[in-house]
Amino acid sequence: MTPDKRSDYWSANLRLLTVLLIIWFIVSFGFGILLVEPLNAISLGGYPLGFWFAQQGSIYIFVVLIFVYAALMSRLDKKFDVEED
Amino acid sequence: MTELELWSYGVVGATFALYIGIAVWARASTTSEFYVAGGGIHPIANGMATAADWMSAASFISMAGMIAFGGYGGSVFLMGWTGGYVLLALLLAPYLRKFGKFTVPEFIGDRYYSQSARVVAVICLILASVTYVIGQMTGIGVAFSRFLGVSYEIGILVGMGIVAVYAILGGMKGITYTQIAQYIVLIFAYTVPAVFIALTLTGVAIPQIGLGGTYIGDDSGISLLAKLDQVVTDLGFKQYTTQVMGSTLNMFVYTLSLMIGTAGLPHVIIRFFTVPKVKDARYSAGWALIFIAILYTTAPAVGAMARLNLMDTIQIGPVGSETGNLVYDERPEWFKRWETTGLLKFEDKNGDGRIQYYNDANPAFVAKAEEFGWKGNEMVTVNNDIMVLANPEIANLPAWVVALVVAGGLAAALSTAAGLLLAISSSISHDLLKGVMMPKISEKSELLAGRIAMIGAILLAGYLGLNPPGFAAGTVALAFGLAASSIFPAIMLGIFSKRTNNIGAIVGMVTGITVTLLYVFQHKGIFFVKGTEFLMPELGMGANWFLGITPEAFGAVGALANFMAAILVSMLTAPPPEHIRHLVEDVRVPRGAGVATGH
Repeated sequence: MTPDKRSDYWSANLRLLTVLLIIWFIVSFGFGILLVEPLNAISLGGYPLGFWFAQQGSIYIFVVLIFVYAALMSRLDKKFDVEED
Repeated sequence: MTELELWSYGVVGATFALYIGIAVWARASTTSEFYVAGGGIHPIANGMATAADWMSAASFISMAGMIAFGGYGGSVFLMGWTGGYVLLALLLAPYLRKFGKFTVPEFIGDRYYSQSARVVAVICLILASVTYVIGQMTGIGVAFSRFLGVSYEIGILVGMGIVAVYAILGGMKGITYTQIAQYIVLIFAYTVPAVFIALTLTGVAIPQIGLGGTYIGDDSGISLLAKLDQVVTDLGFKQYTTQVMGSTLNMFVYTLSLMIGTAGLPHVIIRFFTVPKVKDARYSAGWALIFIAILYTTAPAVGAMARLNLMDTIQIGPVGSETGNLVYDERPEWFKRWETTGLLKFEDKNGDGRIQYYNDANPAFVAKAEEFGWKGNEMVTVNNDIMVLANPEIANLPAWVVALVVAGGLAAALSTAAGLLLAISSSISHDLLKGVMMPKISEKSELLAGRIAMIGAILLAGYLGLNPPGFAAGTVALAFGLAASSIFPAIMLGIFSKRTNNIGAIVGMVTGITVTLLYVFQHKGIFFVKGTEFLMPELGMGANWFLGITPEAFGAVGALANFMAAILVSMLTAPPPEHIRHLVEDVRVPRGAGVATGH
């Protein structure tokens, strides 16, 4: 693998990481903590929305984030031909 | 023997027999099997084992209680102890799997071409893991003494014996398969009572939906959470859905500390060395979080519903009415049983023979309470742990459900203890003995050394469980603080920054640990020894002096100090040698990962 390709692969990985970590931050620290009060004005069933993000929603989204990362990285590995034998 | 004891012995006995059966079947014969289960664990199986490894006596027994009394503030544990898996999956696990060695200090030692860095990592690992394991041992002792009618000491000895059988024989291999069985036991034990209680209170069988459902205990048609808010505020407590822990900033930093700490805990990280490929390490973290989320999304429902049940048991009529409070002599059986343990304590302050449970630290409500003739909160002790342990009894569930909860609590404590003990013993036999003291030791001798280190670790854990030192209570502050402030930044920089060198990493780790421990010890005493606290209010260093952050939440500040020191010092000193830059480049690419090895 050429050094150029190697660094392209790494940059693509970093871009993906950054996007996913921004979502990770928004749903937990954003919706669950910093914006909890305004969001609590909205309700989701019997849940105030901010409270739901803090005690339920953020956890579900964490799970989704990891699987999205794993799937997109598998695709990236294939594209750059660096997947394991 | 009572019916409950009979059930408890039956269920606990059956699970223990299962664990020993697995141990005999999954013996380890090589160091690779002993340290990383031969590297052949399927990602879903590893996810399940990771979940059991991760969910400790604290997650199983204490967390729902912390949420029950902390309300919204308890969210820091829910988000903190799950969000760390995102960091683990995206920032650490795949690269460490690619690196392909047996222990966390080994990565730090190789990446920073420094035995000193490796030894610093070993010290942090042992300190964090030992603190953590004491909590598991005391959990085992408590479960035995409460439910099985034997003494606390015998409980710990039995627990040590069970862990010894499968951890010494099977190492990581035995531990992995046992943890899978323990996960099934603990998740079943946690969700069954939750489903029953959700059905009773909301008519919905799924606790996660029930928590957002309508309360069916009266005809008001309001939601369960609104009902709970009303019941607790009527008695002067803070509103359940909005009460914060400390301040918003403290909750923010606390959550971040728990997340970074989770990602940096060695006994969790080494679980990802057991899967065959880098790709598996990524997926396995996702599976682990699914299995963890089943319990973690149930816990807030258990907490809220248990709190409501408890309030309703005591406050049987309108607040302030003459017959509104439960007559002490008519208290239910479970109440009496938990009183004998000291976890529940009643004091008839106004001598009316009835129980008043309210917030006497709320001046506005105290004025009202005085009009009712109440002379202070009479539930002088309501321990957090009761919320899970007594929950099935409060909800009148049959004895077999209670027995199941006992077996589940034991499974949670045993599985976490085993993972921690493996992290401790492998860092002694592999990092200290083979890595630093006797590099030429043969594989067979190292395997034997691993087993001896395991025996030593079990004896130490048992001893500390029987004679808990002050720092046993500091799991969150010490273990998570150390993992967050030393191990996580060192690994992350090792992967993401080629420029970070040996001196930078060591200065960073030492800075992170120092900042964190100074703040913790300043508040809680040096190694939690009473009387050695050194708060200095006259210098503006009173309790939580740094931005109102509590010592438990301080790991993130230590981590920040570590990152800054490591980067700054690295920039001012020579860059790492060429072969280290190659090592980092190699770790970043999946191709070429073999099974984890020790050389």
